[in-house]
Amino acid sequence: MNRVIARKLAANVSRLKVRQEYFCTDAAARVSGFYRGQSSQEHKEKNDFANNIQQYDIAIVGGGMVGMALACSLASMPLTKHLNVAIIDGNPALGSRVSLNKGDPPDARVSTVTPATISLFKDVGAWQYIEQNRHAYFDKMQVWDYTGLGYTRYNARDINKEVLGCVVENKVLHDSLLSCIETSDFQKTFHPSRLTSMTLHPSSSSMGMDSTLLKTPSSSLGHLAKLELSDGKSIFAKLVVGADGGKSRVRELAGFKTTGWNYSQDAVICTVEHSVENQCAWQRFLPAGPIALLPMGNNFSNIVWTMNPKEAMNRKLMNEDDFVKDTNAALDYGYGPHPKSSLLEMGDMFSWLRGDVTLSATEGFEVPPKVVKLASERMVFPLSLKHANDYASKHVVLIGDAAHTVHPLAGQGVNMGFGDALALSRVIAEGIAVGIDIGEVTMLKKYEEERKRENIMMMAILDGFQKAYSVDFGPLNLLRAAVLHGANYISPLKRNIISYASGDQRLPLFS
Amino acid sequence: MASKLLNHCHLRALCSTHVFSPRFPHPTRATLTLLHFRPFSDAPSSPPPEKPQSYNNTRNDIGMEKGPTQTPSSLKELELVKFASIAETWWDSEGPFKPLHVMNPTRLAFIRSTLCRHFRKDPNSSRPFEGLKIVDVGCGGGILSEPLARMGAAVTGVDAVEKNIKIARLHADLDPVTSTIEYCCTTAERLVEEERKFDAVISLEVIEHVADPAEFCKSLAALTIPDGATVISTINRSMRAYATAIIGAEYILHWLPKGTHQWSSFLTPEELVLILERANITVKELAGFVYNPFTRRWSLSDDISVNFISFGTKNAQ
Repeated sequence: MNRVIARKLAANVSRLKVRQEYFCTDAAARVSGFYRGQSSQEHKEKNDFANNIQQYDIAIVGGGMVGMALACSLASMPLTKHLNVAIIDGNPALGSRVSLNKGDPPDARVSTVTPATISLFKDVGAWQYIEQNRHAYFDKMQVWDYTGLGYTRYNARDINKEVLGCVVENKVLHDSLLSCIETSDFQKTFHPSRLTSMTLHPSSSSMGMDSTLLKTPSSSLGHLAKLELSDGKSIFAKLVVGADGGKSRVRELAGFKTTGWNYSQDAVICTVEHSVENQCAWQRFLPAGPIALLPMGNNFSNIVWTMNPKEAMNRKLMNEDDFVKDTNAALDYGYGPHPKSSLLEMGDMFSWLRGDVTLSATEGFEVPPKVVKLASERMVFPLSLKHANDYASKHVVLIGDAAHTVHPLAGQGVNMGFGDALALSRVIAEGIAVGIDIGEVTMLKKYEEERKRENIMMMAILDGFQKAYSVDFGPLNLLRAAVLHGANYISPLKRNIISYASGDQRLPLFS
Repeated sequence: MASKLLNHCHLRALCSTHVFSPRFPHPTRATLTLLHFRPFSDAPSSPPPEKPQSYNNTRNDIGMEKGPTQTPSSLKELELVKFASIAETWWDSEGPFKPLHVMNPTRLAFIRSTLCRHFRKDPNSSRPFEGLKIVDVGCGGGILSEPLARMGAAVTGVDAVEKNIKIARLHADLDPVTSTIEYCCTTAERLVEEERKFDAVISLEVIEHVADPAEFCKSLAALTIPDGATVISTINRSMRAYATAIIGAEYILHWLPKGTHQWSSFLTPEELVLILERANITVKELAGFVYNPFTRRWSLSDDISVNFISFGTKNAQ
């Protein structure tokens, strides 16, 4: 019997075997190299036999950081590592891996990854590649505002953690996931193509006894979604994952509605250089929006500076020296004084509440290291918030920016996406454990329920921050200073705020 | 196929020399073959009716529309008519069978863990039941049979309602993995007459609908190989079950059509253990299902006051 099953499996696999995709780029060639050992002639025959239909368990549309994280997570779990996955991405950059040189100045597109994301990367085996490249852990964070009324310093020790997070270039994150998937023996096929249309086959309930549908030769594909690609190929999958970013085509084709708004604000993003190494994450709230300075190692830092679109254009176009001057002002005396230490009396307001004073509360206010030089081009991105009303329906599910786009305020966007990837792969594994079809909507809704709650909570916090800090109004300034100040002194509250920001899945105030 | 099965029996050193073969002619084989068209199936050259069963051998004497059955059966006629009327909605996860769809992962989790332990299968495998022959008695539209097949088992699904079997067959054929399921419109009693044997016999949410639970359990036991497993789930005859499963689920929440359950036909866990004991099956594990209205999910628990599931093994004679 076992032999029979083995033969059956072999027959199935070879018939379903996907056509090999050869890329011109070296990295992609390495990816497809797994199939090289086998006779391509034999495959060709099998494929012709199967009428060129390519069938997968999962089609991931979008091979960015979140899509690749899902692939790595699936490859790393015993119950999902047998899945046959297609990765569809029209961006040729997916194949051509940028050569990462530690000597080059860092790319301006970075992410602040939380301890939760770090442990995901460690679990899938991708963190070792990050450690070989440039990355900067930080264990301190200072948040203050321009009115000089309050500041707060966070320290990893407050929550018994080694680090608060790590700043990594997006290209390093992406590359580490690619390396990780290449070295696994996971069955994956890259399609360097775009999704043009998608047919989510009629649900089995509506099919009922409609025998005309079932008599057609395609009946065995009736439980699959059909994807048509820009290179003319059609592929079939039990589950389509939309990991194709804020302008998701999958979301559009599946008809998921979104809720959201633009902030009529832009973020200016660039890399800067200091004369000393920066080891702390800094964030200052200015009248027009926050400026963040994130350590990147080797005396480099990353700047994410939010302002109105007109100012943003000015700052993008102004000469480099003026920009450096502006930046230093924004991180120091510009717009208002340093928070005074005399504000301690304000802390006393909360003394009746305060249990044990956390260690860092006694640390004084510090001024961030001076920026000496601009080290990359300046990029401008509009800020918006967008949330899909549904993440899942039969055969299709959204993860990452396709499901939710946020303000880059706390660097949470990609962490939310990694959280989605992990949650989805776990739900798929649970489904496989009990023999549920992986396109089954009841299973996918479980993922949606779990992540929607998390993501909406995070989005509400970030949006609240954004609103609270984009209004320049006296009493409100006092109030948020009090919040910052209170947060600095009331340790349990502060601990909860940091652990939430560092990805522990707990409600900040009700745990 | 028969030789494969024999082979399998030898491998497992468990039993038994009987060979099944189709004993009845197949007047509708042509239609069946059409429905069985599967470009991705494992054996395109060998047509599916090779299976050791006869899909329609009982259609004329047990078919619901034909009125009372002539074979001895522990089934209640009224119950069968009730289910035939809603059969088409089996796979609508928002339809009348929604409660079963929602409960399905939880009951499968129990089956997975007990069978993996009993048959010493790898719980980390995606197909842990590979090599096991399982019968799903009262399979309905196949919402339990299909997951069992995906988990690697060779599944036989039987139901006395012919409409259910048709729906189950059509739905299973959508996926090459589940199209291997053998569906028959028949009863446990008739399978016993045919001397069929299985490694595991599973009958979920069925015993409360049969006329003679003790006879039914005897049939299930007769289908189980010595040291094989029998899994049964049902609803307790408790006041809480009356309040939740009948008043709550049928009258207030409208989860189930009114009249789905008769409280007086429910069995208590003690009664079930006792009648299984008399049928030579020792119950090894009992678990309850509890519903959390906030998460809208079922979970396993030791509270067996409403829904419960039992795992037993057949004593070696």
